Amino acid sequence: MNKSKLKLEIERLVEKASFSLRKDVYKLINKAYLAEKNNKAKTALSWILDNAKVAEAERLAICQDTGLPIIFIEIGKGIKISSDLIDIIKEGIESGYEKNYLRPSIVDPIKRGKPSYQGGVFHIDFSKNQKGLKITLFPKGFGSENKSRLRMFNPTVGIDKIEEFVLETVTKAGPEACPPFVVGVGIGGTSDHAILLAKKAFLSEIDKPNPDIYLNTLEKTLVKKINALKIGPMGLGGNTTCLAVKIKKVKTHIAGLPVGVNISCHALRSASVNFKRIIL
Amino acid sequence: MINIKTPITKKEIKVLKAGDAVLLSGIIYTARDQAHKKLVELIEQNKKLPLELKNQIVYYCGPTATPPGKSIGSCGPTTSSRMDPFVEPLFKQGLLGMIGKGRRSKKVRDFVKKYNGIYFISPSGCGALLAGKVLSKTVVGFKELGPEAIYRLEVKDFPLIVSIDPFGKSILGDV
Repeated sequence: MNKSKLKLEIERLVEKASFSLRKDVYKLINKAYLAEKNNKAKTALSWILDNAKVAEAERLAICQDTGLPIIFIEIGKGIKISSDLIDIIKEGIESGYEKNYLRPSIVDPIKRGKPSYQGGVFHIDFSKNQKGLKITLFPKGFGSENKSRLRMFNPTVGIDKIEEFVLETVTKAGPEACPPFVVGVGIGGTSDHAILLAKKAFLSEIDKPNPDIYLNTLEKTLVKKINALKIGPMGLGGNTTCLAVKIKKVKTHIAGLPVGVNISCHALRSASVNFKRIIL
Repeated sequence: MINIKTPITKKEIKVLKAGDAVLLSGIIYTARDQAHKKLVELIEQNKKLPLELKNQIVYYCGPTATPPGKSIGSCGPTTSSRMDPFVEPLFKQGLLGMIGKGRRSKKVRDFVKKYNGIYFISPSGCGALLAGKVLSKTVVGFKELGPEAIYRLEVKDFPLIVSIDPFGKSILGDV
């Protein structure tokens, strides 16, 4: 692996994430479309499916909000890397966005001004289970990101309070965050970790059950309760407010119970690449 | 399905009711957060605006860059409620309507009624599909803002749903 090949691979990730809706996401939207009885909501779902087809065929971004790039790096056993890797990924993302005519959406938070392609958020993890190096690009749109919430619960509350918090967050998000949603929930850790887990939850296949039986049941219960809110695509009602809820948990402190909720719009986009070894 | 063509007057849009599905053809102008902030600053300073707002429709949208051979890139709506604080000064300049996504404040619904305006929603997260409804894109103001500049779009059969009608009736409720 040399620098220019890695850069090219990153550019491909940008392309794949921006033009091709994830198969698991498409599958659940299509399933919802077939099951939807409300005519207006059904039409709105058909637009979403058509949009995915047009985006792929015409090489147009699925959504004009091509997101703030979030990059997850998982480093497996025996992989040796340096900060050079981050620089090349940054270069690849910038050139990938520019070459594919995506939207420059990144600005200084105070001065604002003309948006650029420069910037992104990196998360680096070490994993014994990971063979080699895995790089995931998750461009996050801000219509849904703006609806993120964190609550530091008392450790004595029941699971019903967590359910209420998720439902309240989805209700507040409303049609603005582009339903049908995928809802990410992070439970435990610290404030920052809970929110990060909520985001990482989107990276698992959303049509697959949670390997944790308790969390799997909680996810299914929440999907039913969220769909009973009848917000629907564009806010037009019907039974499709949520495609999936994905929950992750980690151990936390005896004094606390942090819960983070992150919403993804229906255009949940991400792409990954694996490298057996990296020599730069 | 109701077909409407711009230029259109406030009197003519009174036939539209909340929930109506509409295909719009003609001219609309993109404007989002920073463009609204600048427009309202210019209005407050009594300075000339880069566009005449009377009887016009603004589209809350910041498109991607335009790929070669296309008239526009992906161009779906952004969250309308962020523009709520800027609605009245624009209505005072004669603005006819707005296109975006999601709910508005109660204040905005009252302004729509007071000024006999209209608020439409367009398919959200469907920017690639909507790109096919845009015939041309020309920058008319605040070019320095890139995707947040004001663009004049010529559209054909642009799909919309009336979210707040000129009588203040809403299908989504207030935020």
